[in-house]
Amino acid sequence: MSYITSYAHIKNNQVSVNGTIVFASDKTASLSEFLSAAYKFLGISYPKFHKMDAQCKLGFLCTEFALKDSDFLISNDLSKIGIILSNSASSLETDRQHQLSISDKSNYFPSPAVFVYTLPNIVIGEIAIRHKITGENAFFVSEKLDAELLDNYTRILMNAATEAVIEGWTEVDRSHYEAFIFLVETQENRNKSSIFKPLKQSNILELYNQTTWTH
Amino acid sequence: MIFTSYTNIISPLGFSTSENYQAVLDSKVGVKKIILPFATEAFCVGKIEDEQLSQRFAPLGNIDFYTKLEQLSILSIQDVIDQSGIDTSDERTLLIYSTTKGNIDILSFDSAQDGKKRIDPKRVYLSELTKQIQLYFKFAHTPVVLSNACISGILAIIMAQRFIEQGIYDNVLVSGGDILSEFTISGFKSFNALSSEPSKPFDANRVGINLGEAVSTILITNKKELAIPYNTQVVSGASANDANHISGPSRTGDGLFQSLQNLQLKNKDEVGFISAHGTATPFNDEMESIAFERAGLTKIPVNSLKGYYGHTLGAAGVLETVLSLESLKNQQLIKSEGYETKGVSGNITMIEKHQSKSFLSFIKTASGFGGCNAAALFRKI
Repeated sequence: MSYITSYAHIKNNQVSVNGTIVFASDKTASLSEFLSAAYKFLGISYPKFHKMDAQCKLGFLCTEFALKDSDFLISNDLSKIGIILSNSASSLETDRQHQLSISDKSNYFPSPAVFVYTLPNIVIGEIAIRHKITGENAFFVSEKLDAELLDNYTRILMNAATEAVIEGWTEVDRSHYEAFIFLVETQENRNKSSIFKPLKQSNILELYNQTTWTH
Repeated sequence: MIFTSYTNIISPLGFSTSENYQAVLDSKVGVKKIILPFATEAFCVGKIEDEQLSQRFAPLGNIDFYTKLEQLSILSIQDVIDQSGIDTSDERTLLIYSTTKGNIDILSFDSAQDGKKRIDPKRVYLSELTKQIQLYFKFAHTPVVLSNACISGILAIIMAQRFIEQGIYDNVLVSGGDILSEFTISGFKSFNALSSEPSKPFDANRVGINLGEAVSTILITNKKELAIPYNTQVVSGASANDANHISGPSRTGDGLFQSLQNLQLKNKDEVGFISAHGTATPFNDEMESIAFERAGLTKIPVNSLKGYYGHTLGAAGVLETVLSLESLKNQQLIKSEGYETKGVSGNITMIEKHQSKSFLSFIKTASGFGGCNAAALFRKI
């Protein structure tokens, strides 16, 4: 049996962990201001964070919050942890930035530091690098959070060599952004503060809708 | 048992699998130096002629309504449906679509004076692209879109096998496609990753990739009667992350090595060849050679098909698997085009000319940005 043992949800300049809002910025703060503030709140030192595009920062932070009070990384074999992420806009926000850099021939400045982020699965790489996680990868693009697909594919992986999965949604598209990351594992997570829901579609959706946002 | 079934490849070398396989046997190369509409300098690329595509697509639909990638995808999928006779509206049939950039060319439509088409800008969203394909073929299910850099194609095939094995579907069409665009060409150029001549995978003088466009489709099924084209099963597959760098491969080939280990290969002697990723960048090919050696695959001949097609991104894993299936069916190893002098440190054996060989299985691998790697094993039934 697989269980969802922790999750984090970020939107409207707020961070919710397991249903409780743990951090919020002023609702007028820009996405980049909010992401910087949330990073500071986490209290980690990870210089690579500052090179990431907004979508990677968002997915990275959401994962860090989901892992924060969990012993997920200690109780599972890093080579058997899969990362399955999804969104609807792929890497479109950074795609627009790269397109802008090539649209005017007299002001032509394509940059490899931007171009590398024009693939949606780069955020999987960033999370993998951060924690030396080397298991299965998949990045799905769907109109909205596809709980059925995530549930099915997680089940498939966990019936084979995969022991645990970090999964969910991370998206930045113009002024809209949202991340929802949850952890799935087979053994009982020993941390008392964590939630403990059997992996199924209805539970994914229940957790996705659980937080009461203050703004 | 999960089988490979009917296939299609649309590329500069032809509009069907058999045209493509014949062209490769004739050592035709699909990449050449041309000046693209948006460029002032020549790039060495694999381009599908627009006029030829329009002629082929016209009987199927309105060429002004569909983007180039949508037209190619519909043509490719239609060919596989015609050959196999499968019912796309069946609840037990799924389409997995693999792409890195989808309709990325229309992102420039706002700014550029490209008045020829009236495409809704929303179609730059990948699920809007596949919605057009779903509507065209009346698929019962919303297609699954996989965008996982350069491993997308082979990972989509592995995923198809997994979905069927789990009993969720009976038939999974896997279609992979990407087009040439100023977007990707300028990006790879900014990385200094492009070769101005036809690329030379695994060669001592390789300098980088050629970009190519293609769409390739394969049907994966649990129905024995549909296994006719190749009588081959998808045995196993795995993906793994290097957890090392987002734009450079692990120097020790960690993720590819882990993917190969997870194939649980029982009999190396059965494996006739490895269809490598072989992009012809200095780092990628070097990394692959190290991973193959670490996995104890030094005696198995290796080819890269990038010398014929360039790097077709989201199509690559599907296209290269399809040609490898032809190779298995015809018991014929395909020459690794562009290779002359060994230029990697890992102990591997390249396929230097087309040759007959008696063998039962092959391995397909891929690696990509984001540190991702994948490998799959195919075997005669």
